[in-house]
Amino acid sequence: MEHLAQAVDPFVFRLSIFVLAVFVGYFVVWSVTPALHTPLMSVTNAISSVIVVGALLAVGVGMVSSGSGWARGFGFVALIFACVNIFGGFLVTQRMLAMYKKKAK
Amino acid sequence: MSANLSALLYLVAGVLFILSLRGLSSPASSRQGNMFGMIGMAIAVGTTLASHPPADGVAWLLVILAVAIGGGIGAVIARRVPMTSMPELVAAFHSLVGMAAVLVAAGAFYAPEAFDIGTPGNIHPQSLVEMSLGVAIGALTFTGSVIAFLKLSARMSGAPIILPFRHAINIVLALALVFFIVGLVMSGSALDFWLITIIALALGVLMIIPIGGADMPVVISMLNSYSGWAAAGIGFTLGNSALIITGALVGSSGAILSYIMCHAMNRSFISVILGGFGGETAAAGGGSGEQKPAKLGSADDAAFIMKNASKVIIVPGYGMAVAQAQHALREMADLLKKEGVEVKYAIHPVAGRMPGHMNVLLAEANVPYDEVFELEDINSEFAQADIAFVIGANDVTNPAAEEDKTSPIYGMPVLQVWKAGTVMFIKRSLASGYAGIDNPLFYRDNTMMLLGDAKKVTENIVKAM
Repeated sequence: MEHLAQAVDPFVFRLSIFVLAVFVGYFVVWSVTPALHTPLMSVTNAISSVIVVGALLAVGVGMVSSGSGWARGFGFVALIFACVNIFGGFLVTQRMLAMYKKKAK
Repeated sequence: MSANLSALLYLVAGVLFILSLRGLSSPASSRQGNMFGMIGMAIAVGTTLASHPPADGVAWLLVILAVAIGGGIGAVIARRVPMTSMPELVAAFHSLVGMAAVLVAAGAFYAPEAFDIGTPGNIHPQSLVEMSLGVAIGALTFTGSVIAFLKLSARMSGAPIILPFRHAINIVLALALVFFIVGLVMSGSALDFWLITIIALALGVLMIIPIGGADMPVVISMLNSYSGWAAAGIGFTLGNSALIITGALVGSSGAILSYIMCHAMNRSFISVILGGFGGETAAAGGGSGEQKPAKLGSADDAAFIMKNASKVIIVPGYGMAVAQAQHALREMADLLKKEGVEVKYAIHPVAGRMPGHMNVLLAEANVPYDEVFELEDINSEFAQADIAFVIGANDVTNPAAEEDKTSPIYGMPVLQVWKAGTVMFIKRSLASGYAGIDNPLFYRDNTMMLLGDAKKVTENIVKAM
């Protein structure tokens, strides 16, 4: 049963997720109504700032080596940028979406 | 928190992001979608803080400080920005995503142990490949978006800047980029890392400066896509599924929008990237119409004709945005509706400076979204309309796109306003449009030109009614 025990490289898992997500994105985005393309751009902006997880890892690194200080510095600035995007992106999307109204009858 | 649990929570965040885009399929479900996005983000941040808590008090302080500064700035911008400035805001946000990707990669490079990708100076080669892709695309997105921001906010001329040998320069830079990526993977040296960053920064500038203002909707969508791919690259480095899923979503979203925009202009993506379009205002076909007189009308005439019409189709363009005329326009439409006139709005996909720009402005002015129609849904109705009221649009109504094979925009789908009984054009002058092409419609018998600022003219029409 040795062949079953062979581990798959985690990279392959990540690649599978990535490829499937590209397809999901393709179908989901085609179904977005053209009237909402501007909110689509602002919300994709906000969610791509999930890169904030990387910034949190960098800023929270323990001071173990000479590079740690650099990592904290980079992480700190990245965290500010990502937060501008997260708060700005979601809030401006919310503001825009609140304006779309149906005909009052 | 166990590694499995946090991986599952990141997956939940990724699914919520998919749902947030799914919500945008209709305005009714969109607000809920946005909420899903926020919840997803909260889960992702919470999971990271729980599974990899900041190492000490100083780190916690930095986190809180950064969130307060960034969040505060973001919230203020989101509240204050006028809807007409959305294109430049989105471009600015793209640049931040790009820069964040570069900085996170730099953080991972200097403290690889925190990211589980090796030890300083001894990072797994595979992670270095992923990291360098993330950093290169991120840096390119950053400077590209900064240039797009400067052009969109008119801090820099929208005219294309054509450098000599620019294609050769770009190819050399791209080859150098590949060379240093290979170098980084082989040696893991910090010098290679920063050279990659600098070259990609330069490439971003060089890629966007030759692209003219008319192609901005494509550029902004393309940069949207790049910011996604950069995030995905970093997601591979971190092995974080939320980041990989989101990067893929955003990447394909931007790519689809670019495709839609290119299609709506009948231009190939490659020719947009190569740039140079919309530079020279005295383009082909400019000379033929100069002798012909255009019929000028007054606001009173326009008001009288429209009141007696039974169906009016309004075609807004960027000129409406610049003049902030959307509110006056809606007032005019309300008055017409009171007179029993049927009013509809027709929107071309590339009207404005970004996808969906006109829809947002009309929504801001309280125009119900079910009165607003897309090109293919309304084009057949112009023949039954008494009046096509074109406010601040030009190229998207140019009949040359259908009739004149020599026109640079021949083949581009346009709104067939000329089929309406009367065409009213509100324009500042008879000058050619953004693409630098003369519009023969100005000189036709059933066209009435209302020259002046879009807002003032519309207000005068409202007064006359």
